[in-house]
Amino acid sequence: MADREKLTHGALFSGFFQAGIIGFGGVLPFARRLMVEKWGWLTAEEFNDLFSLCQFMPGANIVNMAFAFGARHQGVSGAAAAVTGLLAAPMAIVLVLGAMCGRFGGIPVVQHGLAGLAAAACGLVAATAVKIAWPVVRKKDVLFLQKKAPRPGNQKNSYLPRDLAPAGEAPPVNKSFLLLFFKKEVLASFSLRGMLVTCLAFGLVVIGHVSLPLTMLVLLPFSLVLAWRL
Amino acid sequence: MAPLVQIALLFGKLSLLAVGGVNSTLPAIEREVVDGRHWMTARAFAQIFAIAQSAPGPNMLVVVLVGQKVAGVAGGVVAALAMLLPAGVLVVVASGLWERFRAARWRRVLQAAILPITAGLVLAAAAVLVEAADTSFVLAAVTAAATWANLRTKWHPLWVLAGGTVVGLLVW
Repeated sequence: MADREKLTHGALFSGFFQAGIIGFGGVLPFARRLMVEKWGWLTAEEFNDLFSLCQFMPGANIVNMAFAFGARHQGVSGAAAAVTGLLAAPMAIVLVLGAMCGRFGGIPVVQHGLAGLAAAACGLVAATAVKIAWPVVRKKDVLFLQKKAPRPGNQKNSYLPRDLAPAGEAPPVNKSFLLLFFKKEVLASFSLRGMLVTCLAFGLVVIGHVSLPLTMLVLLPFSLVLAWRL
Repeated sequence: MAPLVQIALLFGKLSLLAVGGVNSTLPAIEREVVDGRHWMTARAFAQIFAIAQSAPGPNMLVVVLVGQKVAGVAGGVVAALAMLLPAGVLVVVASGLWERFRAARWRRVLQAAILPITAGLVLAAAAVLVEAADTSFVLAAVTAAATWANLRTKWHPLWVLAGGTVVGLLVW
């Protein structure tokens, strides 16, 4: 990322502001869409790298991300710009809603609308989770990814499952990926280690109802050994 | 102790305990706020949580509402700052080190180790959300459609959310 041009305070503020103000049901889907798919501030791998660091640190994941991303570009004041941008609108909105103290929350119409909104929002989170997990369960592991292919400006990222769409719609950049997918090598292209650890983390939380910090604590040594040996 | 100081101390402490995201400390927040300090009833806390969920923004907003309930707008701002700053300072330092040792082998091994855990946790977070939100067949269909739309189309997520809201209203 060091070779990338630095974003200004204004860009950091307005970028995170846009992600924050439309971030219904969680900012992650919107932040990833804007930063990776729309503006190309980060590649899918860089986003995963930064996001996983932020998840392993205490605090709200996406706020941590604003802190870290802002600081990388403009130091402490950049972090302040990004975080202020992210939180300005949501905090104002939630304070107003809180002052009205759920006066409208009890009305059935509002509740049904909110139920539909929540259902759609968790669909967005699920899709974003798939996009984050996709490069991880494939064999192009960070350890093997020393030489990065030059990234064409604002092109769609070739790791997105969306690119499995019919070949006619896909830009030529993804040709190799499509070829790979439709050949038998596809099975060999998945990373066993990535899939195993991903499934374990998922299972512990969803099926085992283990808390997030404990899941991380338990899986980290295991995953470290696997990453070290393989 | 002044309420503002109490809010700052409570959320400053919780900030550093919120590993994996603010949601992992929600039970701790509820215990402190409802049972420990009697700032509000369990029902009020559930209501606050619902408000925070329906507003745009990160899910740490629930602490703003707790602060606001106890000490007005100033309480909300203090709660947010206390929840954000300690973790934020830590992550800025950690991210600096993370960049500095980009080429080091231990850094690459550590990264390779935490990436799949992160992927699993994000998938799990989605599953937990789905479990809570999809109380009917129609809502489950909305979630499935929204997932498909976000993966395979270029529709703006706001349209997807608007569609879900409309379906929720129509089915009622």
